Amino acid sequence: MPTLCRDCDAVLIQPGAELSGACPQCGGRRLISHAELGTLAIAHIDCDAFFASVEKRDRPELRDRPVIVGGGTRGVVAACCYVARLSGVRSAMPMFKALKLCPDATVIRPDLSKYGAVAREIRDMMQRLTPLVQPLSIDEAALDLAGTEALHGAPPAAVLSRFARDVETNVGVTVSIGLAANRLRAKLAAERDKPRGFAILGADTAAVLAPEPLGTLPGIGPALVRKLAGLGMTRIGQLAALDPRTARQRLGDDGPSLVARARGEDNRRVNPVRETKSISAETTFAHDITDPVLLGRALWPLCEKLGRRLRAEQFAAAALVLKLKTARFETHTHAVRLTAPTQLPETIFEAAKPIVHQAAGPAFRLIGIGAARLVPANLADHGDLMDQESPRRAARQQAMDTIRAKFGADIIRRGTVE
Amino acid sequence: MMVRAVLFMTDLGYATKPADSDARQDDWKDRMKLKADRATLLKALAHVQNVVEKRNTIPILANVLLSVKEGRLTIAATDLEIALIEDVPVEAAQDGSVTAPAATLYEIVRRQPEHAQVELDHPGGDAPLALRAGRYATKLVVLPTDEFPKLDAGKLSHRFSIPAQALRGLIDRTRFAISTEETRYYLNGIYVHAAESDGAAVLRAVATDGHRLARVEEPLPDGAAGMPGVIIPRKTVNEIRKLLEDVTGEIAIALSETRIQFTLDTMRMTSKLIDGTYPDYSKVIPVGNDKILRVDTNDFSNAVARVSAITAERHKPVKLSVARDLLVLSATSPDQGTASEELDGEQVEYSSTPLEIGFQARYLNDVTEQIKGHVEFCFADGAAPTLVRAAGDQSAIFVLMPMRV
Repeated sequence: MPTLCRDCDAVLIQPGAELSGACPQCGGRRLISHAELGTLAIAHIDCDAFFASVEKRDRPELRDRPVIVGGGTRGVVAACCYVARLSGVRSAMPMFKALKLCPDATVIRPDLSKYGAVAREIRDMMQRLTPLVQPLSIDEAALDLAGTEALHGAPPAAVLSRFARDVETNVGVTVSIGLAANRLRAKLAAERDKPRGFAILGADTAAVLAPEPLGTLPGIGPALVRKLAGLGMTRIGQLAALDPRTARQRLGDDGPSLVARARGEDNRRVNPVRETKSISAETTFAHDITDPVLLGRALWPLCEKLGRRLRAEQFAAAALVLKLKTARFETHTHAVRLTAPTQLPETIFEAAKPIVHQAAGPAFRLIGIGAARLVPANLADHGDLMDQESPRRAARQQAMDTIRAKFGADIIRRGTVE
Repeated sequence: MMVRAVLFMTDLGYATKPADSDARQDDWKDRMKLKADRATLLKALAHVQNVVEKRNTIPILANVLLSVKEGRLTIAATDLEIALIEDVPVEAAQDGSVTAPAATLYEIVRRQPEHAQVELDHPGGDAPLALRAGRYATKLVVLPTDEFPKLDAGKLSHRFSIPAQALRGLIDRTRFAISTEETRYYLNGIYVHAAESDGAAVLRAVATDGHRLARVEEPLPDGAAGMPGVIIPRKTVNEIRKLLEDVTGEIAIALSETRIQFTLDTMRMTSKLIDGTYPDYSKVIPVGNDKILRVDTNDFSNAVARVSAITAERHKPVKLSVARDLLVLSATSPDQGTASEELDGEQVEYSSTPLEIGFQARYLNDVTEQIKGHVEFCFADGAAPTLVRAAGDQSAIFVLMPMRV
């Protein structure tokens, strides 16, 4: 069975016997053996505790300390390092709960522009391996390396192993890699060996997955887990064993596709076209806010942020969604129609502010604004017969962006907005 | 809970006569009774039920108010923005009033045989309204009349009258350009104001959605001088236009800064106006666009229709390529292919430098539908707003924003 040394990327073929212990070439002990090691080509790459890792890289004194990236006492955990995870802290956990579990954690406010830059660096490195890179989130991507062996002079497994070490050395964060025959299996594999992992799921997938709890499968959330438990199924193997007709009878129209997923079947291609994602910005207040004027003040920086992100990602918002979460955790969303697509904070603010005033009444803990429909940036802010202001605003914004790029983000700022 | 109370009606609410009776109906009686022929009733119900909000959440707004006084019936409906009352002659009658569901009443009357006599009888209070026609009988649930909202017109500062034909012209040639966009609510209507055009006093109607603008003028009627500029909401415009279909002669208009009232024959419509400032449209009307294309309107609009048929996407432009006495219209669709059509010296007059410019087909059609004979396009260049008008007619001008082609 072929064996890969993750310290020197050597693929060793030892007929008859399985290699164990150390790599005969470099003495490294991180060996991985799999029958399909030389042939599988779909990879899922996931950065480990990404935001926290970037922060630890920049502040080495925190290396062995629990680090939580997230906002204030009222926000949620955006990322937590593996030290913090030992105390039970998880992503998306409310901050107060995380701090109760891990009171000595160092809390760092997220610096998304920094993480974005690091993510781009890593993505550029991926792109050198194959043009078929599909970013799935800021710290995750699927890669199709089929047919690249001749180019790299090594099978995908070895290329990926080298990539992981390159990222560690050059970027300073670690990644976990899953290698398989399709995207679903690759993702599941990446999750099996974290952090700094490398796992392969081949023909053995069904057997490997069978004893796992159903919640391990992407797309099976707590509600579905409960429903399946009600039908007597708790392990992936039980779901995989259903034939399509029974699945449809018992689970409805989605049944057969759930069974396929449980069997590790997936025919999605790695699609390098950027997925149209949503762009939004939100903030949780330190103290609940009722006053519409204060809500408006909280909204302005979010509009600036949303505009900045739209411009950075080369999109324009054709419609907006305003989100308000009450102190009792009820989320209200309001769609806001725009006259024309925009990237400008003032235009976003002017469209959203009346809705804030209409919604005012209860105490709110969170406000957010997002682009509801993304269109290409070249459609933004042309103005029309009755709107001569937008092109002027766009020019002003462009000038501000240029100045900021040269002298830093804080060099110029818009005056008060009410 | 049904409450019975005395109904007060002012002249702008639902008085018996739309003219100028200020009398309050204090002699409210329990029983209301009337007999009218189907055709008369149906016509009035058809008019007022248009105003009734179809998806309203306030039950009383789905009803019409029927009031009989001195041998006349008035039928009233309102959606809180617009109130329409119509005066109908009836035969036998006993004074009183009641409200009943507009749509149901209209349907029932509509389905009666042509020459039927319809009898309405309401004994008072919350008893149902009985409707009889020949052998047909129905009882309709009523709501108390005092719940029926009154749209108060307040004091109307300016009164004038305008021929129905002229009002139709003002509406038809502008309303297609009214914006439907909520954020610029002040564009959701026709802006009507007194202005001066080449030294003549005119009543001017303007509508725009930012992509096209229509400006139409009629001689200023007596009494309109000094009137405030008003923005008449889209729904009011459309409702009044429907009523104008059956009307000839003069339409009396009275208005203030917040209300407008139209009196046509036996109908009176009172409407709120859009509370906003209409933007200064004059600066977007290009002056000095000197490249003039003159083309037969029919030839042009038929060519636009044929060329734009290639693309199902409404937002795709039709390209006009203009050279000396030549106009080539073309359109492309990434999925369907291309189309083009040439209009030459027989149909086209043009003597300036060649030019290419694109417009949404629908915008071109909306404008040319309002133009007879020859249409004139006055271009500045391929990217600037273009002025469109009927050759030899200064009363209406249109501005079109080009699209990039």
